[in-house]
Amino acid sequence: MAQTNSEIKYLTPIAVDTKKKKYCRFKKSGIKYIDYKDPNFLLKFVNEQGKILPRRITGTSIKYQKKVSQAIKRARHLALMPYVADLLK
Amino acid sequence: MLIKSSSNANQILQIMNQYETVFIMTPVLSDKQMKEAVKKYQDYLKEKGAEIVHEEYWGLKKLTYPIQKKTSGFYHLIEFTNNGEIIRDFEVAFKRDERILRFLTVKLDKHAIAYNEKKRKKAKEKVTEEVASK
Repeated sequence: MAQTNSEIKYLTPIAVDTKKKKYCRFKKSGIKYIDYKDPNFLLKFVNEQGKILPRRITGTSIKYQKKVSQAIKRARHLALMPYVADLLK
Repeated sequence: MLIKSSSNANQILQIMNQYETVFIMTPVLSDKQMKEAVKKYQDYLKEKGAEIVHEEYWGLKKLTYPIQKKTSGFYHLIEFTNNGEIIRDFEVAFKRDERILRFLTVKLDKHAIAYNEKKRKKAKEKVTEEVASK
């Protein structure tokens, strides 16, 4: 036996914890107020059906997730955003 | 004692909140009727002692979903300061008005006020720039 079993060579490097760390975009860029009158911005926080995306996907901190959801709900009330939709994006 | 209580009363009077109301009017109104409706609410606020800080007319906008079988509406925004007593009657007036499809009154916190002021400033600068470029 010229070679030991532990010497296994991979063609591509193994992905070990190379996932990008999520961050809260409001904390990072210092946004303090989320405007419900700006549906284009709020569109980033909903999925194709117009549902609010969870924090685990967007990475928003809890403080701002509450504000985002409040803003989206207000925008929906004023018909700036849909309650239900398909193919929103 | 009397003086103290009166100063307290003054302090209560001084607590002024800033509010923002957006309302949607039916698209069936003519330009004149629309302005009349807007004026009614402006006058109402002035009459009750609220100070109008800012106003915005967004024009005829498409609704993302139909309200009362209308697919578009005139949006109007009024920002005003008040101690909050008139909000209730103000909203009742909206409810009774058939010309109004939707309304939303929001109390603005300090961040919101700062944001709105910044936005207004930007818009102002843009206008002046445009005028200058012309």
